[in-house]
Amino acid sequence: MRDQIIATTSDRPVGLVRKALKLRRTKIGLSILIGVGLMAIVGPFFAPHTQTEFIDMPNSLNIPGALFGTDYLGQDVWSRFLIGGRSILLLSLGATTLGLIAGISLGLLAALSKGKIDELIMRIFDVILSFPQILLALLLVSMFDASPWLTILSVGLSTTPRVGRVIRGAALSVVERDFVNAAIALGESRFRILFFEVLPNVTGPLLVEANLRFTYSIATIASLAFLGFAPDPSAANWGTMIQENSTVIVIQPWGAVLPVIAIAVLTIGTGLFGDGLARVSAGIDRGKESVEQ
Amino acid sequence: MPIIKFITRRLGLGVVTLFAVSLLIFLVTQAFPSDPAQAILGRETTPESLDALRQELGLYRPAVTQFSDWLIGILHGDFGKSFVTQMQISEYIAPRVGNSLFLMVVGALLSVPLSVAIGAFSALRRDRRFDTISSTTSLILAAIPEFVMGTALILFFSTSIFHVLPAITLIDAGAAPWSDPSGVVLPIFTLVLAVTPYVSRTMRASMVEILESDYVEMARLKGMSERVVLIRHALPNALGPVFQVIALNLAYLAGGTVIVERLFNYPGIGSALADSVRARDLPVIQFLALMIAGVYVLMNLVADVATVLATPRLRTSLK
Amino acid sequence: MTSGLSILNLRVNVSATGNDIVNEIDLKIQKGRVTGLVGESGSGKTTVGLAVLGHARRGVEIVQGEIYCDDTDVLNLDEDAKREIRGSLVSYVPQDPTSSLNPALRIGVQILEVLETHDFGGSDQARRVRVREMMAEVLLPADDEYLERYPHQLSGGQQQRVVLAMAFACRPAVIVLDEPTTGLDVSTQEHVLKTIRNLSSQHGVAALYITHDLAVVSELADDVAVMYAGRIVEQGSASDIFNNPSHPYTRHLVAAAPDIAGEQQIVGLAGRAPSPGKRPNGCAFSVRCESVTDDCLSQFPLSVSISQSHFARCINIGKGKTSAKPESIKLVKKVSPNTVLELRNISAGYGGQPVLEEISLILGRGQCLALVGESGSGKTTVARCIGGLHTEWSGEIFLNNEKLNRGSRQRRIEQRLGIQYIFQNPYGSLNPRRTIGDSIIRPLVISGSTGSTVKKELNEVLEKVSLPSAYSDKFPDQLSGGERQRVAIARALISRPDVLVCDEITSALDVLVQAAVVDLLATLQRDLGLAILFITHNLPLVRSIADEVAVMSDGRIVEFGDTATVIGNPVQEYTQRLISATPSIARSSK
Repeated sequence: MRDQIIATTSDRPVGLVRKALKLRRTKIGLSILIGVGLMAIVGPFFAPHTQTEFIDMPNSLNIPGALFGTDYLGQDVWSRFLIGGRSILLLSLGATTLGLIAGISLGLLAALSKGKIDELIMRIFDVILSFPQILLALLLVSMFDASPWLTILSVGLSTTPRVGRVIRGAALSVVERDFVNAAIALGESRFRILFFEVLPNVTGPLLVEANLRFTYSIATIASLAFLGFAPDPSAANWGTMIQENSTVIVIQPWGAVLPVIAIAVLTIGTGLFGDGLARVSAGIDRGKESVEQ
Repeated sequence: MPIIKFITRRLGLGVVTLFAVSLLIFLVTQAFPSDPAQAILGRETTPESLDALRQELGLYRPAVTQFSDWLIGILHGDFGKSFVTQMQISEYIAPRVGNSLFLMVVGALLSVPLSVAIGAFSALRRDRRFDTISSTTSLILAAIPEFVMGTALILFFSTSIFHVLPAITLIDAGAAPWSDPSGVVLPIFTLVLAVTPYVSRTMRASMVEILESDYVEMARLKGMSERVVLIRHALPNALGPVFQVIALNLAYLAGGTVIVERLFNYPGIGSALADSVRARDLPVIQFLALMIAGVYVLMNLVADVATVLATPRLRTSLK
Repeated sequence: MTSGLSILNLRVNVSATGNDIVNEIDLKIQKGRVTGLVGESGSGKTTVGLAVLGHARRGVEIVQGEIYCDDTDVLNLDEDAKREIRGSLVSYVPQDPTSSLNPALRIGVQILEVLETHDFGGSDQARRVRVREMMAEVLLPADDEYLERYPHQLSGGQQQRVVLAMAFACRPAVIVLDEPTTGLDVSTQEHVLKTIRNLSSQHGVAALYITHDLAVVSELADDVAVMYAGRIVEQGSASDIFNNPSHPYTRHLVAAAPDIAGEQQIVGLAGRAPSPGKRPNGCAFSVRCESVTDDCLSQFPLSVSISQSHFARCINIGKGKTSAKPESIKLVKKVSPNTVLELRNISAGYGGQPVLEEISLILGRGQCLALVGESGSGKTTVARCIGGLHTEWSGEIFLNNEKLNRGSRQRRIEQRLGIQYIFQNPYGSLNPRRTIGDSIIRPLVISGSTGSTVKKELNEVLEKVSLPSAYSDKFPDQLSGGERQRVAIARALISRPDVLVCDEITSALDVLVQAAVVDLLATLQRDLGLAILFITHNLPLVRSIADEVAVMSDGRIVEFGDTATVIGNPVQEYTQRLISATPSIARSSK
């Protein structure tokens, strides 16, 4: 049964997602994603206290009105938890979008141009790919302070070649196909060919990669916060919270446990969703079709 | 011999990449907005002292000279001096390199065979129980960031549930990591858990492709037993992908140590990097970044060369 | 009991749905005889071939029937026993040698291991001797250096011969060959067929030769079985089938097969065979059959005996109308007043490597020139230079007496629209993400037309290629290969071009569809006065459409003239060899 839910080439991205949602794992993944995502975004509106409000002695439990106690500074864990997801989520979305735009454009350009331009783009990619994502982000963040824009820029920069390589790979097989040659013979401009002939035919790998990159952006940005480089160190941030509260984890676990669960669940959600997409788009967009059925 | 030429060419490419990487790192650190001398001496200082320090740090040299001096220094084993501690960087990191290497090597010794075995076995028992369980598990584990995984492990093993292992390694920078074995268990475990799932999935995908290939079907149609088909037909073609997988493994381990060391307070390169970034200790940042990137470049190089050597089609078409 | 191969009432299903892929297959092949199993793609012939070895692909299962290779009941063996007979009692020769040979093992090893697995000869020494013997039999060098090569170091033809050596090594009683010469050059094919013939007769092997190529079957096979939609619809000796084709489908096949020594025009048939799960209770061919009666629809016809060796599953043999006698090919050269396309001294290369040398051609209005050659001859390069897709060339190309620039982007829009290119692969030449309509009107949109004119032109051109106008909203993956090629032709026609460059446009199509497309092209050429440059490796096909033929080899035109002369009375030795190596039904029937 599972084998029969395969997307066909005439499925636009929306159709692909719809087909993917027929699988259980995609449904679970998307629900988690929406659930945690919503909580992160609207959480701040429901927080009973502000993120820096001192409500009681640090690291105490059993406080009436504060179910999860106070953190290492005496702030309300639950409120900080509700507030702490937004920054990570929005920054990750921004970084992923930036990386996708740059990566797709460069990847497509490299695939169509071949020759010297391709070489040049691949070499630049190689250099950026020599850095683990977290390293590049740390490097940039150490020079300038960790503003939201810098975070988006640095994570987006390290995302770009990763996306670029995958898109280039998928586009290379598309570019060989004759309908691209037909467009060239008609004299279509390179821009048109890239974005209207090639791009629509790599949506399978693209969606999967976009999802993967989103997952890794979340990981990197949360890790950055964990290392102490969130845009605002005193602000509530899941990554920062884990670091701040892990020393007292024995007495007051919630300060660290809640964000751990949240990040873990969020990334599992994106992972499941992406895997569903991958399974459904497995065969298409690779040009492998048998002759005459 | 064409193989030697290929290796030399590939090495050359690696060197050029490394050079570009060092240039990038240098340029980034050059863009540091504040004055390092000011950062070291603080506010309460005289212009003369600032000037003298700047001279000493060589900040008045033109950028190009600073860059070339730095590179040449590295080649001679002089990695520079930390702004913060005024120690020679080489002294500072020497013991830590060993510690990080220990983590990486043990991590690799565990995760490489695991990922190859799990991946290959899942492909063999495709869509059956082992495969569904391992695939779903790796999917779930692969997504979670290392520090989250590490914290969760700490929760389980150090605190609430079991009180078996320490949450922090209490090793001195200079001591050998195995002097406190229980302290390295969790860091290594975290690393292995972080890397293995993703790599085993890659391995599985490669193996499935091989097992579904025409030549494997042909081997079965020639009447060969499953064992022979796997060992003589599938395996040699899997070597290429396995090398890629090993390189991936090692590269990820190198990246992962940064977080894991900080989490467990493990005295290695990764935590040194985190510390130096926080302290804006430029020379240390520069050097450590270069080192970690260098490991990545080296791993990719080894993977490329090994893949070509293991694939007859590529090996014989070298010019 | 008997020797050779016996298949009795075989049925193979799709495991998930229970739909039959092949059904009621009955076939017997005696020792030393070759039976051709003929059918188009999707007929199930490969499934039958694999079943003979007791093998079924993933998702497929053998549910009924008996198969005997000599005295061994193949289907009732357990896995280990099946493995024992594969390669020793019955062997398989697959279609694509490149993907069937293990790229990581030396060819000597791959031949040796089939001997080792079945303990042929009893000793290592005996086996090595046997390997060399086999290499000699397939006319390949038997020295150590050659045996130590890897598959990718051999040509396609050499690889296929290695596979043959592997298949015959253990002296099997039965051999299944699955389209072993598809994709090989005609001259290589000739060698391989000769090898198969010799090996089969020398070793007394019962050979099942699976193919879609009737000409090959006519030269090689003693008996023929024709498959359609999973069933055998006609069986008999080769002379029975070719001299007296009885089932309507067989008659269409024979009428559609291009023949280099034949004198009839090929006739095609539109439509396609129903896939598993979509087959009607009655005769599967009824939808396309012109002799169909009500009785055909109730149940699949039983076997009717035409002679002692000849059977067909049709209730209307001999009744109903016979298909119109195909017209003889017009071998009259059309005289044309205008030259529409001229090539002067075109030399081209790829990255410095020369591929074409001083090619000169003239194409007149309303004429069809066929450019024929084996792979590597450079014919596609000529086409790409004309189409503006390849820019590394020198010389001059004139369209309507205007000189053309090299790349299509450097040409004027009228020039680009004046030369239209149709590609080989129907699955790659249309953007899967665009509707048929969008793909077809592209040339018009580029030249600036809009709105209602475009819609009108679209409907007109769809009608010209016999496709319903509702198709314009469909996507390529909803169409068959033949339909897609029609769409490609429509896209080429919509800008009213002067020249149509057809680059192997039927090579990826089944025989019946191929004939239909060629027929369409010939009609369009007549009605619209198109000039066509028809590129193909399929020499027999040329008779049906071209006025003139240019034969290419190694980047040069070696022979040129009108079709009748070049094919009937070739002057050059290369052309003569090419023609004699091409299998022909007419020739074998004499």
